[in-house]
Amino acid sequence: MFRYIIRRMIFAIPVLLISSILVFVVVRTTIDPFAGLIINPRVTPEDIERLRRTFGLDKPLYIQYWKWLSLFLKGDWGKSLGNRPVFADIRTALANTAVLGILATGISLAIGVGIGVYSAIRQYSWFDHFSTSLAFLGLSIPNFWFALLLQIFFGIYLTRWLDLREPIFYTAGLSKPGSTGFHLVDRLRHLVLPMSVLAVQIIAIYSRYMRASMLEVLHSDYLRTARAKGLSERRVIVRHAMRNALIPLTTQVALDIGAIAGGLIITEAIFEYPGMGKFFVDAIGRGDYLQVLPWMMVAVTFVVAFNLIADILYAILDPRIRYA
Amino acid sequence: MRDEKRIERVPAATQALPVDTEGSPSPGTLATVMGADRALSTRQLAWRRFKRHKLAIASLVALLVLGLATVLAGLISPFNFHEQNLLETVRSPGAKHWFGTDQLGRDTFTRVLYGGRVSLTVGLTVALSAGVIGGVVGSLAGYYGGWIDNLLMRVTDLFLAIPFLVVLIIGSRFVEKLHFGGSVFHIVLILSLFFWMYDARIVRGVFLSLKEKEFVEAARSSGARNSRIIFYHMLPNAMGPIIVNTTLGVAAAILTESSLSFLGFGVQPPTPTWGNMLTNAKQFTRTAPWLVWFPGMAILITVLCVNFFGDGLRDAMDPHQKLGAKE
Repeated sequence: MFRYIIRRMIFAIPVLLISSILVFVVVRTTIDPFAGLIINPRVTPEDIERLRRTFGLDKPLYIQYWKWLSLFLKGDWGKSLGNRPVFADIRTALANTAVLGILATGISLAIGVGIGVYSAIRQYSWFDHFSTSLAFLGLSIPNFWFALLLQIFFGIYLTRWLDLREPIFYTAGLSKPGSTGFHLVDRLRHLVLPMSVLAVQIIAIYSRYMRASMLEVLHSDYLRTARAKGLSERRVIVRHAMRNALIPLTTQVALDIGAIAGGLIITEAIFEYPGMGKFFVDAIGRGDYLQVLPWMMVAVTFVVAFNLIADILYAILDPRIRYA
Repeated sequence: MRDEKRIERVPAATQALPVDTEGSPSPGTLATVMGADRALSTRQLAWRRFKRHKLAIASLVALLVLGLATVLAGLISPFNFHEQNLLETVRSPGAKHWFGTDQLGRDTFTRVLYGGRVSLTVGLTVALSAGVIGGVVGSLAGYYGGWIDNLLMRVTDLFLAIPFLVVLIIGSRFVEKLHFGGSVFHIVLILSLFFWMYDARIVRGVFLSLKEKEFVEAARSSGARNSRIIFYHMLPNAMGPIIVNTTLGVAAAILTESSLSFLGFGVQPPTPTWGNMLTNAKQFTRTAPWLVWFPGMAILITVLCVNFFGDGLRDAMDPHQKLGAKE
């Protein structure tokens, strides 16, 4: 087991290295930070050339890559083109995204597992049909449209009907403009809507997933054995069926958490939530490759790391998996 | 251990057993086969199972109607999708403008129809090309195994590892630099490049299990070339999962295209798509909320119908894969 983990961890290093090369080449060839300056009549081509030299962009790509990688690994991520500290900004964005993503995943997990288990136990009941229809709806609704609907409902209609001075749940941002410090209630009122948008999708996926793996377990021999031993139905379901049915979901959750670091782009863009997704879209919009490069590396590292965690979890939880 | 006799007998066996009936039918369908006067082909069995799904059939009909409406948009609607009418801006839905008009007086109903053209085209072509790429990669990996399998699957993993939308956004910037940015073709190109991995994984899985089947061994021992085994013997048997996955891929592609267009990285105005219509609508949530309702409803209904249809197809063509449909 220990050797398996070490082996997988060593295997992740070349993956990250290859990703860093790909990320660098793609970002440097697609994003031209000074493209916007060409149309400016006050900027001469010589000025642009001088700027390129200052940023070391006149050197061959592999030298640029090497210089960037060594600084990146040292944790010296420098300043962005707009003179913002890159490391600190990404750290803040990551923290905000983590709060949103993990809250949404946690809540969805609780609800999704509950729905999945119950509809598997009562297969083809009205509850099963109802939750299946809802899951289809959740999977088919475009999340950005759902977000817009929530914004319209809470931001416009509900405040109008109830004659409120401000919406119950805010439709944008992280905290009330002008407020300083951290207020839990205020923060939660900002988090509820983006979280709901994420949760609707995740609940739909997890409940289907849980239902499927629960059904598989319910028909297994060891469950018949457990019942034959005379265990209570509750114990059979919770201790014997659910625990085994949760194994595939666990790996899925680990993979999903890894994707959160770079994955909440749409939700964050709509709710103007200052997380990783908004950071990325803004950086791309400005053509700030000094922000895009480390951002992508952070996102890729999280995916690779949680892939690893998913594999290891699977090997630990399911002894039937051989990890030779 | 293969003696002369067995090798001789094998071709006859493959002839007697048409490719279509391969794959083990579940107990229920076996009974149907045995009870019928003559054995039903896989296709007939699939159609029987599909007919049971009223919702899937209704969805198929709805999709056909929708597709026809978008194709005949010019005949159905008296308006043009880019025709501005500054005397009739921001009209709420009514007899003349069924879905209202936007800030430039353009008819929303017409724009939803033309937007549907883009969405359906993108959805279908992306899913099809992704199916082809994924089919080739998956069948090569599954059939040959060894280092080919390893290499192809690692590439697949790499494509899966990079956050999806990030790649698409960067990718759309990249194609823009090649000077055909913002067109429908460029969106199709980018989306297909990042949609094939799921097909590849599924096809590989099917090929891995088919590889061990007797009819493949029979074909091989009767001297069939690798390409013949892959395309004539194995691929037809893998078609069920491929078709199902391609159908569900249409839904995913439509959703992704509309999100990309919504974020401004997809098909650019003035070409209307459901996604970029919503980008525009975002500014008028207070004054013209109908601009939000209709394009979104169009996406929701289309994707829902595709998903229902795909689910019915899966039940009919690929009963073993059906999530949670175990009897």
